[in-house]
Amino acid sequence: MIDWQKQRNERNARLNAGSHYASGKMVPPESAKALLEAIIRPGDRVCLEGDNQKQADFLAEVLAGVDRSRIHDLHIVQSGIVLQAHLDLFERGIARKLDFSYSGPQGAALARALVAGKIELGAIHTYIELFARYFMDLTPHVALIAARQADRDGNLYTGPNTEDTPTIVEATAFKSGIVVAQVNEVVDKVLRVDIPGDQVDFIIKADKPFYVEPLFTRDPASVTENQILMAMMAIKGIYAEYGVRCLNHGIGFPTAAIELLLPTYGERLGLKGKVATHWALNPHPTLIPAIESGWVEQIHSFGSEVGMDEYISARGDVYFTGHDGTLRSNRLICQAAGLYACDMFIGSTLQIDLEGNSSTVTPGRIAGFGGAPNMGADAHGRRHPTAAWLKAGREAADGSAKLIRGRKLVVQILETFGEKNKPNFVETLDSVAMVKELKFDLAPVMIYGDDVTHIVTEQGIANLLLCRGPAEREQAIRGVAGFTDVGRKRDRKAVEALRQRGVIRRPEDLGIDPLAASRQLLAAHSIEDLVTWSGGLYQPPSKFRNW
Amino acid sequence: MEQFQVRGTAKKRAGGHRHQAITGVNTSGNLEILVERVLPDRECLVDVTTAVTGFRAIWEAVIQEFFERSSPGGLRFSINDGGARPDTVTLRLMQSARLMETEA
Repeated sequence: MIDWQKQRNERNARLNAGSHYASGKMVPPESAKALLEAIIRPGDRVCLEGDNQKQADFLAEVLAGVDRSRIHDLHIVQSGIVLQAHLDLFERGIARKLDFSYSGPQGAALARALVAGKIELGAIHTYIELFARYFMDLTPHVALIAARQADRDGNLYTGPNTEDTPTIVEATAFKSGIVVAQVNEVVDKVLRVDIPGDQVDFIIKADKPFYVEPLFTRDPASVTENQILMAMMAIKGIYAEYGVRCLNHGIGFPTAAIELLLPTYGERLGLKGKVATHWALNPHPTLIPAIESGWVEQIHSFGSEVGMDEYISARGDVYFTGHDGTLRSNRLICQAAGLYACDMFIGSTLQIDLEGNSSTVTPGRIAGFGGAPNMGADAHGRRHPTAAWLKAGREAADGSAKLIRGRKLVVQILETFGEKNKPNFVETLDSVAMVKELKFDLAPVMIYGDDVTHIVTEQGIANLLLCRGPAEREQAIRGVAGFTDVGRKRDRKAVEALRQRGVIRRPEDLGIDPLAASRQLLAAHSIEDLVTWSGGLYQPPSKFRNW
Repeated sequence: MEQFQVRGTAKKRAGGHRHQAITGVNTSGNLEILVERVLPDRECLVDVTTAVTGFRAIWEAVIQEFFERSSPGGLRFSINDGGARPDTVTLRLMQSARLMETEA
């Protein structure tokens, strides 16, 4: 006789063990360790919610402190390895295997743990790729999540940082797993139901609100004139040229400069209402002047941003909000929107090679991918045409194909030199060397060269769609690589010929006056200016306040 | 500290009538440029004083390309460099040449 309900029986046994520490679904924080020891089994797949923004930090600390004779060899399946506690899990032997997406601040510690053999690495994923595997071969047995409010039935209000929570809970709760939530407060009635109570098993009121990183705040005071020059070129040579309406921006300073130039330079070019109207974007403070100037019709967000809550609530026509008035973000859905419904991704990177492959891996650091590879990839399943998508497709096809498909614009915008005069253009990516050192099967590449359509540097725009063959492509890349070694090794004649064909366009070819590339052109010069633009609704975190 | 000169020939005389202009600041990672209209129409010259030694070859490449891109005939540029990156040097040179074409 086959038992078809093993998972349900297992779940009931664990719930039973956990219920000793609970009153209904409520577990006092001092019993959190005992609860986790009761409901988690050695070898379990555990999702400890945390990405590049929100963190279930209380539960992370508790899990890192459990008795390792009872809980060990866990397989951690989560978006971000961001907190010290995440690494402590592996240092202490509580966890052994890891599948993740993003590591940002712990990139160096993660690389050391890998070299030391403390972590058995499954793979580094993009966000939606990892989420997809939650429903295939990486379904969590236990999910430890974070929310702002819970009621006694377990209904959760996540607040504006909904992010990964619905996806994690969907995969866990509907496959007989157990969901434990840390919350900031327990209330009689939640502001809105982001996660229905019958999908949540245990609630713990944490001693402090869950942590959120203000990852998407860029201080206008730090934008340089070269970044302004690049932003002008991008707006005139790409946004206007292709009529890009639906788009996603990365988090670097060059795209922050673009956001701050839309209401000034963009307005002067007559582009308002014609470009950059629909966004897949976190609530970037640097977009406030464009929103206030009437540029933006709507924005869907992966997560929220610290300090933006009141502004978002007051701009309900622009953002997706609940009936309670606060932002509803959703990382999975916004990533899908970025992949299938955006005509352009534009973002910075740390290294580009001669084929246009780009990587953010630097020696001794594994930063992971996050969402950029999905934003910065042509979705081959896309079937709806737009003017921008078709124009890019026609340029790539050179009029030769009988059947022309569209192309997503994937733009890399970066200065030729980075911090400490390190060249951003290289013959070989650092990630290729790292593969050998760490014995990976696959070199971590953020965006593959065959997906990149344009490279913008302070030297000009290289349109890779118009390149015919790898040799032209290489010269187009060298041609905007400035005075890096890669740039200085360019074939001057070949680059000049590409310029004649419009494959490479210098600022002067675009009619951009270098004198105009001045900080005066920015719609806001400081965080304080952004607060003023928002009518006092934007409340920047203290580390960005200098007045 | 390193000092050197880079000379070049421009395709044409720089536009405008301004006699002198100054741009940028001599701070770390930046540079200050004084431009004077003191040379014959097709000649151009850059005097470099830089805090960082050992990059003369890159300076020469940056300046020669600037002569081609901007054609600043008749102009002499005096640079006080605080260790600016090549991309910043190019931008400041382009800006300073344009400044000479504007009204003072």
